[in-house]
Amino acid sequence: MFKKILIANRGEIACRVIKTCQKMGIKTVAVYSDVDQNSLHVAMADESVHIGGAASSESYLVIDNIVNACKQTKADAVHPGYGFLSENEAFAHALVVAGITFIGPKAEAIVGMGDKIQSKKIAEQAGVNVIPGYTEVLADSKQAVKVANEIGYPIMLKASAGGGGKGMRVVRDDKECIHGFERTQNESLSSFGDNRIFAEKYITEPHHVEIQILADQFGKTLYIGERECSIQRRHQKIIEEAPSPFIDSYTRQTMGQQAVTLATAVHYESAGTVEFIVDAEQKFYFLEMNTRLQVEHPVTEMVSGLDLVEQMILIAAGEPLQLNQSDIETNGSAIEARIYAEDPYRDFMPSTGRLQRFRIPDNLDSVRIDTGIEEGSEVSIFYDPMIAKLIAHGDNRDRAIENMLAALDQFYISGVSHNLNFLCSIFQNDRFKMGDTTTNFIQEQYPDGFQREQLNDRQQLVAVSILACIHQNNIERLQFHPENVSRHSPWSVSFNHTSIDLTVRKFPENYEVYIGSQVFIVDLLRSPNDPIIKATVNGHPHFFQLENLHPGYRLSYRGRVLEALVTRKRTAELNQLMPEKIAPDMSKYLLSPMPGLLIKICVKESQTVKAGEELAIVEAMKMENSLRAINNAKIKSILVEEGDNLTVDQAILEFED
Amino acid sequence: MNENIKELEKKAKAAKLGGGRARIEKQHAKGKLTARERLDILLDEDSFQEWDMFVEHRAVDFGMDEQKIPGDGVVTGYGKINGKLVYVFSQDFTVFGGSLSEAHAEKICKVMDHAVRNGAPLIGLNDSGGARIQEGVVSLGGYAEVFQRNVLASGVVPQISLVMGPCAGGAVYSPAMTDFIFMVEDSSYMFVTGPEVVKTVTHEEVTAEELGGASTHSRKSGVADLTFKNDTEALLMTREFLSYLPQNNKVKSSTVATDDPVEREESSLDTLVPEDPSKPYDIKEVINKIADDGEFFEIQPNYAQNIVIGFTRLNGSTIGVVANQPLVLAGCLDINASIKGARFIRFCDAFNIPIWTLVDVPGFMPGTSQEHGGIIKHGAKLLFAYAEATVPKVTLITRKAYGGAYDVMSSKHIRGDVNFAWPSAEIAVMGPKGAVEIIFRKDIGDEQKIEKRTKEYRTKFANPFIAASRGYIDDIFLPHKTRGKLCHSFEMLNNKKQENPWRKHDNIPL
Repeated sequence: MFKKILIANRGEIACRVIKTCQKMGIKTVAVYSDVDQNSLHVAMADESVHIGGAASSESYLVIDNIVNACKQTKADAVHPGYGFLSENEAFAHALVVAGITFIGPKAEAIVGMGDKIQSKKIAEQAGVNVIPGYTEVLADSKQAVKVANEIGYPIMLKASAGGGGKGMRVVRDDKECIHGFERTQNESLSSFGDNRIFAEKYITEPHHVEIQILADQFGKTLYIGERECSIQRRHQKIIEEAPSPFIDSYTRQTMGQQAVTLATAVHYESAGTVEFIVDAEQKFYFLEMNTRLQVEHPVTEMVSGLDLVEQMILIAAGEPLQLNQSDIETNGSAIEARIYAEDPYRDFMPSTGRLQRFRIPDNLDSVRIDTGIEEGSEVSIFYDPMIAKLIAHGDNRDRAIENMLAALDQFYISGVSHNLNFLCSIFQNDRFKMGDTTTNFIQEQYPDGFQREQLNDRQQLVAVSILACIHQNNIERLQFHPENVSRHSPWSVSFNHTSIDLTVRKFPENYEVYIGSQVFIVDLLRSPNDPIIKATVNGHPHFFQLENLHPGYRLSYRGRVLEALVTRKRTAELNQLMPEKIAPDMSKYLLSPMPGLLIKICVKESQTVKAGEELAIVEAMKMENSLRAINNAKIKSILVEEGDNLTVDQAILEFED
Repeated sequence: MNENIKELEKKAKAAKLGGGRARIEKQHAKGKLTARERLDILLDEDSFQEWDMFVEHRAVDFGMDEQKIPGDGVVTGYGKINGKLVYVFSQDFTVFGGSLSEAHAEKICKVMDHAVRNGAPLIGLNDSGGARIQEGVVSLGGYAEVFQRNVLASGVVPQISLVMGPCAGGAVYSPAMTDFIFMVEDSSYMFVTGPEVVKTVTHEEVTAEELGGASTHSRKSGVADLTFKNDTEALLMTREFLSYLPQNNKVKSSTVATDDPVEREESSLDTLVPEDPSKPYDIKEVINKIADDGEFFEIQPNYAQNIVIGFTRLNGSTIGVVANQPLVLAGCLDINASIKGARFIRFCDAFNIPIWTLVDVPGFMPGTSQEHGGIIKHGAKLLFAYAEATVPKVTLITRKAYGGAYDVMSSKHIRGDVNFAWPSAEIAVMGPKGAVEIIFRKDIGDEQKIEKRTKEYRTKFANPFIAASRGYIDDIFLPHKTRGKLCHSFEMLNNKKQENPWRKHDNIPL
C-alpha cells in the first residue's frame, strides 16, 4: 500500500481525498498556488508544496511542478481529483516515467476516452448505442452547416477537448450554426488550447444519466448503479441524484452492462463514469466517458455505502476488487446540490469575492457536506466558483428531499452571490418532486429566469410570529426600564403594503403569539451574532436566516424571503400612507450582468439593432457572455470602452427612447 | 366655566386639525406625514405631552389677523423614546406652510430651554416654507433666537434635526448647528438660496432636488448625516439612533444588555487583510464582526467613504468608531474625510462616548486640489480633535500606519489610551517603495537593486515590532482575538478621568 499520496488538486475534492487517505492511514501532500496558501486543503494535509502562480496554467496544470513536488516529498502516488490534470494522459505518463503511481486509469484509456470523437468510435465498435452525428473534426463553419443539414437541426456543436459545460452550443438554423461554430472554436481555443469542433444530433426532452463503474487491474469491472444529473443550468450540472427517478430497472441493467462493455474494451481500471443521454422513451445513447472521479460521486457513495476514493487507491495499489456485481446494493435515495457562488437572479452569473459569512449545518444525520473553503476564504476568479456540495440521504426520495431542504435552511452565505434560494426553489418544485426532470427543466420551469419567491400563507404566519418575538426581544433590550415593558404586546408586521396584527405574550421559556383566532407557541434558539435561528413553532422545528435591515427584518425560509417592518399598530397604519418608491428606470441602458472584462462592443453609436442581436461580450470566469438586445432599438451612446473592467450593473450603452 | 370648557375643546380640536383636511390630504399625497403623525411614530405610545397648543401669532398686517390657527404651525412638547425623555418640535406644513412666526419661534425656544436645563436630547422635525414673510423682521428675530439656543445647547444635550420637507434660506442654519441632520429622500431639501435665485445670479439651471435634495447632501456636500426612504423609516431609525446616545454631557449612554460573549473569537478575521499590501479589503467587516450582535450604526455612509464613522456597542456600552477604509482611495485621508472624522470625534468627546479607531492609512492624499483646498488646515482638524479628546481612546492598527497619518490616527503620542496592532501592521514613515526611492536615490533605474532594497526595508520596518519595542503599541495579537481585547480595554478605561487646561475655548483650525 502507498505510504504517501500527493493530491494534485485544490478545493473540496482535495479535502475529500485527504479524508479517505487519513482513514486509510496514508500520509498526504497538498499542492497550492500563490493564492491558495491559506486554503483548507493545505491545512488538512500532512505536507504541502507551492507549485506556482494563481492561474491554473501556472500551477495546477503544470505537470513538471507536480512531478517535482512528488519527488521532493517522496510521494509514491498521485490522486488527481477531477478537472485540472485528471484526464491528461501526458500527466499520467510523466508520473509513470518518474516511478510514481497515478491513481486512475492507464494513459491509453485516458487517450481513448478523453477525446470525444475517438471515444465515440470506440463505443460504436464495442456495440454501445451512440447518437447520430458526424464523428470527424469539422473544418470550418461551411462544413458545419453542411453536416448539420445532413443530421438535421437542432445540432449540438461540441469542442473536442471540452467538458463541464464549456465549449458546447446548440444551434437551430444555418445562421446560428455559422456564428456558433466560430464562437465555440474561439472559446475552445482560449479555454483548452484546442480548436477541434464536432457536431451531433441534439436530443430534446433528454435526461442525463451516468453509470459509475469500478474496474481493477485484473479485468474485473462492475457498475455501481447510476446517477441522474439532468438538472443543469448553462449545461452544467447543479443537482444530481442516485438512483434515477426516471429509468426502470431494465434500462438500468442494459445501461450498466454497456458501460462495463465499453470499459472492458479500453482495458479500463480505477473508477470511471460512462455518461448517457436518455430520451423520453428511455432510449439511451453514449455521450462520453469520464476517466476520473466525478464531482457528483458522493450520491453513489451514499446509496452504495462504498468509498470510491478508497476503491481507487486500492485498485491503483494493485489490489483486486473484493466485490462482485451481486454485492452492489442501492440503499434509499441520495441527492447532491452544488452550492455555487453565482447569481440565480441574473442568469447564474458567477460571483467572486470573500466569504464574509459562511455557516454550514453541523451534525446533521443523513447529510454530508463536501467543501474546501471556510468563512473568510476567497472565491477567486481563477478557479471554479463552487462553494460546497450538499448531499442528503433518505430512505426514499421524498425523505431525501425533505432532509435536503432542512439542511439548506441551515446554510448562510454572505460576501458573494449564491444559489441557495434557487436550490430551495427546485426542491419545492412539484415537477421535481415527481421526478419529472429533463435537462431542460430549468429553462422550462423558470422561463423568465429565477425570481424572488414569496412564502405561502402558512409559512408567512409562522415567519410573522417569529419576527414579532425577535422584535419584542430587541425592543426590551433597548428600553431604559426593561421591567416596564409589557409582556403582552400588540405588534403589527407590515410587508408588501399589507400588515398583520398580532399579540405576543412572553413567558420565561417561550412565547405565545396570537394572530386572529390562531395561537403559535414559539421557542427561539439563537446564538449571538448568528444569522441562523432555530425556532420551534407549535412543536415543529424550523431553521430561518435572519438579517436586521434597520429598520425591519429579512427572514428567509426554504429560500423564500419575507421583508417586514415590526411596529406598533399606529405606525403600521401611518406607514400605509408612504408612497411606493419606484426604482430609477434603467431599461434604456444595457447593464453589465456581472463583474468582468469587456471584450467587445459589437455595435456603433446611432446603429439600429434588432431584438436578439449581439451588443457586447463580457468575459467572466473565462466564459464569454454575449449580451443581446431584448427589443428592437437604436443605440444612443456607448458609455465604456473595450478592455474596461466592468462592475455589476454598470451601464455599457444607452438606447434611444 | 362651561363656556371655557367648550372653548378649550374647540381650540384643541382646531389645533389638532392643523391646516384642515384638504391640506392634510395634500401633505399625504406628497408622501409626507403630518406633524402630529410623525410624533406618533417617533415617540413611545401615549408618551407625548404637548405644550403651547393654544399659542397664536400676533401679526395683523396683510389680513393675518383674520387667519389664526391654534398652535401656529409647530407642535412642541416632550415625550419618551424607549423610556428615555426627549424634547421635540415638529413643524406643521399644513399651517401657513410651516412658516416661522415670532410665536412659532417662541414655542421652539421654550422646549430648547427645557432640554438644556433638564438635560435631555432635542429632536427637531423640520418641514417649513421659511420665514413668515407677513411678519417681517420679527420672524427673522425668531430664527436668531433659535440659532442662539442651538449654539448654547451644542455639546450640552444631543440635538438631532430631521429634515422632512423644505428647509431653505436662513432656516437651514438651525439644523446646520445641531449634531446630526437626517433627511428624507425625494420629499426634503435644504439650501441657502433656491433654484430661482441661483438662476438669476449665476444662470445655472438646477432643480431643487439636485441643488439640495437628500442625495446631494448625503453624497456631495456631506450636510446630511443619514437619509431615509420615507418618513416612517426616518422616524423609526431616529428611535434606534437615540439608543446609542447619552441624555446629556454629564452622563454616559445607557448600556444595552447583550448575550454576545466578550471573548467571542472570529477566526475569519485572520484572513481578512490580504497578503498583497496593495489589495483592498472592507474595514466594515472588522467592525461588524467585533460589534455586539454585529450591529453598527453607520453615519454618513455615502460621503467621504475613505473614512468610516458610526456607533456600535462593545459588551453593552456605546462606542464611537472611526476607521480608515482601504476599499476607497486606499483609505487615504483627504479634506472631506478629515472633516467628517473630526466632527464625529468631537461629538463623541462632548458626550462621553469612548472612541475605537481602526487604522489602515497610507497617508494624506497628495495633489493640487487637496493642497489648494487647504488639506493642511483641514487635516489638522482631525489631529486636533483626537489630541484634545479626553474620552477613552483605543486604537487598532490593522495594516498601514504611515507617516503623519500614523500620528493623527489616535496614536500613543496624542494620548491614545490603548494602542493595538495586528501582526499585519506596518508602522513606518512611509511605504517601503517610496522610502527606498528616497534613501537609495542613486539606485533608481536599477530595478534589481531597488527590489532588493525594498525587500530589506519591508522586512525591517513593515511590521509592528519596532513601534511595540518603544511601547507605542501596547499589544500585538491575532485578529481573531480582537473582540476580547477591545472589550477588556474599554471596560478598564470605564472610569478614565482626564482634563485639559482651563481656557475659554480652544481654537481648532476651522
